[in-house]
Amino acid sequence: MGIASLPRTDPDAALVAENPLADGLDRDPVHPTALVVFGATGDLARRKLLPAVYNLAHDGSLPGHFTLIGVARGDLPDDGFRELAARSIRRHSRREPDEAVLERLLERLDYLPGDFDDEGAYAALHHRLGAADRGAGLPLNRCFYLATAPEFFAIIVRRLGDHGLDHHASAAVRVVIEKPFGRDLEDARRLNRAVLSVFAESQVFRIDHYLGKETVQNLLALRFANELFEPIWNRNHISHVQITAAEDIGIEGRAGYYDATGALRDLVQNHLLQLLCHLAMEPPIEFTADEVRDEKAKVLRAIEPPAPDDVPRVAVRAQYGPGTVGGEPVPGYLEEEGVPPDSTTETYAAVRLEVHNWRWAGVPFYLRTGKRLTRKLTEIAVALRPVPHLGFGADGSSGVRPNQLVLVLQPDEGVALSLVAKVPGTRMRLRPVHMDFLYGTTFLSQSPEAYERLILDVMRGDATLFTRGDEVEAQWRVCDPIVRVWSGTPGPLLQYPAGSQGPPEADSILRPGDAWRRI
Amino acid sequence: MGEPCDMVWSAERTTPAEVESALSAMLVQRHGEHASCIPARTLNLVCIVDARSRADLVERLARLGGYHASRTIVCSVEPRRTVISALVRIGSDMHPRPGELAVLRETVVLALGERHLTQLESIVDPLVVADLPTVVWSPADYDDAVRALLGLSQVVLLDSVDEPVPIEAMWRARRWLEHARVVDLAWVRTAPWRERLAATFDPPPLRPDLRRIRGVTVRHHAGSAVAALLLVGWLAERLGWRLSPLARGDRRREGVASAPGGDLRIVLCPSPRQRVQGLAGMTLETGSGRTLSLNRAPGGLLAREREHGGEQRAWTLLGASRGESGILGEAIRQALMPERLYGPAVAAACTLAANR
Repeated sequence: MGIASLPRTDPDAALVAENPLADGLDRDPVHPTALVVFGATGDLARRKLLPAVYNLAHDGSLPGHFTLIGVARGDLPDDGFRELAARSIRRHSRREPDEAVLERLLERLDYLPGDFDDEGAYAALHHRLGAADRGAGLPLNRCFYLATAPEFFAIIVRRLGDHGLDHHASAAVRVVIEKPFGRDLEDARRLNRAVLSVFAESQVFRIDHYLGKETVQNLLALRFANELFEPIWNRNHISHVQITAAEDIGIEGRAGYYDATGALRDLVQNHLLQLLCHLAMEPPIEFTADEVRDEKAKVLRAIEPPAPDDVPRVAVRAQYGPGTVGGEPVPGYLEEEGVPPDSTTETYAAVRLEVHNWRWAGVPFYLRTGKRLTRKLTEIAVALRPVPHLGFGADGSSGVRPNQLVLVLQPDEGVALSLVAKVPGTRMRLRPVHMDFLYGTTFLSQSPEAYERLILDVMRGDATLFTRGDEVEAQWRVCDPIVRVWSGTPGPLLQYPAGSQGPPEADSILRPGDAWRRI
Repeated sequence: MGEPCDMVWSAERTTPAEVESALSAMLVQRHGEHASCIPARTLNLVCIVDARSRADLVERLARLGGYHASRTIVCSVEPRRTVISALVRIGSDMHPRPGELAVLRETVVLALGERHLTQLESIVDPLVVADLPTVVWSPADYDDAVRALLGLSQVVLLDSVDEPVPIEAMWRARRWLEHARVVDLAWVRTAPWRERLAATFDPPPLRPDLRRIRGVTVRHHAGSAVAALLLVGWLAERLGWRLSPLARGDRRREGVASAPGGDLRIVLCPSPRQRVQGLAGMTLETGSGRTLSLNRAPGGLLAREREHGGEQRAWTLLGASRGESGILGEAIRQALMPERLYGPAVAAACTLAANR
């Protein structure tokens, strides 16, 4: 090819492809965005979303052109919504708000009252988004955040499609769907079909806020950036895995939601299975959204759902009874306001699963969650096999336990490795010791709330920390038989005292020799 | 949150080995008394300061909040001192309640003489936590002492606005860059401006305007010309401008640079309204007649844009002011992270500031 025939490089085209000012900065720029929150006056918006948006503003992470349009059924003036937002931010923000930033942020808030099925509300939304574009002088990306009760997800998505809000010629349009994504496998499939009939999968961000936690992301760093772990990360060295999400609180006035959901749907089907996936997945070729999600989906496909007859052997459910938490007496679940006295909704669920693949065959994964347990704790404990021969005297090594690697997600994010060490003295006596890594002591930055990271990722279009449609269905496929057996089994349920470790019957799903870690 | 809990140890005529031993004993004792008190293990910070400025420095470090170094060693220099004395304090900002953790901060203040400075490594080395990055900072220009510590430190912290002559500040930064990573508070002050500029031009339809910049004006605190030089140096390096030294006149600096899309005018001028170190504002003009200005305002930076047709638009780029302690904290945090933009920005700033 002669020089004359070489393609000419258009310098503008190179700039359009890449922003030279963004290269090497601590934080990537975020495209101008309109964040539309459906259910903007609800519990999730007030406790999590609005404070997260404030903290992004405080840190300078929001795009310059940013508007938040709250949509909800209550008839509030714009000022009413701003007042509600200010109160929520002051109460729930992880840091004291800077009044100047808060005031400027509140100016960006807009409120649109309307039923989620109301055609007029979507016409008005269309109009307001157009006005926001004109105000910014460029089309804003659209992020529709569905923070409503789940029965509205399909309706809102359909209406967005009906009004042409699902696409834009020159801006990205994304939809964020909160949990629970479906009540069972069939419902999840139906919802996926409804969502994907309007939006492409690449536009859909199914949120699982556990994935926004630093420790979950650190699990990938720990596994795939350290040579130390890979050789032992398999059935030859790992005895079993325990994933625990324990809460000391009860249902906190959310009887309506919780009694229709229960512990299995609320935490096991989504968060705990996602944690299992991160722990068990093979290394992706690259840490891109689809590569990571492909590997997680493979793990879920390798979990055989329990046969109905096996459910009692691999799953235990229970309800908290009256008890004492933090020295104070608390009522049992059935005495909580709004809970039917004959409710068979579980507040505790423990499940044993196995991942049938080359790496994990024969390794039990124990998942448990519960409310009103002795304390708040979320952790993943990887129990290693015992050494093949302990040549120390029985007297000196009676307390020796196999090594455990424990990843704590809350309250103190970090990693602990239990080892065995010699007790100082003239005799050879051994006891377990801990090697701890705590985020709070090692990094000079406060971990952002999971919702801050996730909202930012949605605005950037990075779906790595969100659940893909096939993953959600695969999660339901694992839990569906348990849901069906439990819903077909009459009560009353096992009871455990509030403030305890949970029902002793949870031991029944453990392999002989295994024991639950103390919460 | 409970009350702070501190332990203190001090000694006259002491040695680094004694100080280290006392530190270890205090940590063991504190952990024994309160298992929830745990040492931070992020980085060591070694500060060299003259004795008169020691109190100011210690107070400045105390305001860092969560961004404090794990172990801070303050070398307070008294010219005629012949022996070393030490004051060791370990404590936390809170007394942990059950279930809470308190991260300890460890501070060692050494009073020493000028005669110790050339041997400083042998004094400080036993006191730093091994295997952690060590940052060395001398707000009082004890460059020889900093040089003596280069063997054990990975990062030199400096504030180029402390140097009254900008070109000398940039030469000094360039010299340190030959030996260590440099975190410059003057550069940290420009970070929000760089981020907001990058974000403003990030929408793909706006990016071609970067080639059409025909004028840059940066307004700065009277003592912060260096920050303005670094900001323009960064822009120049990122956008491929060929720079020449700026002319000086009436406290302003101005000149012309050559860019791939044509020449552009650069003006750096002090802003009398700017009360704190750093930048006050900037204006970019493009060949298409678009003007964008960013200025400090309550709650962030106020952006004003004027299109070539005269249409105007204003908005706030939200962000809380970090204050000087926030900037120092951010600088300490950045000491842990790779940074590849500062060196080229310093090189460009050296060219811009060459006319003293």
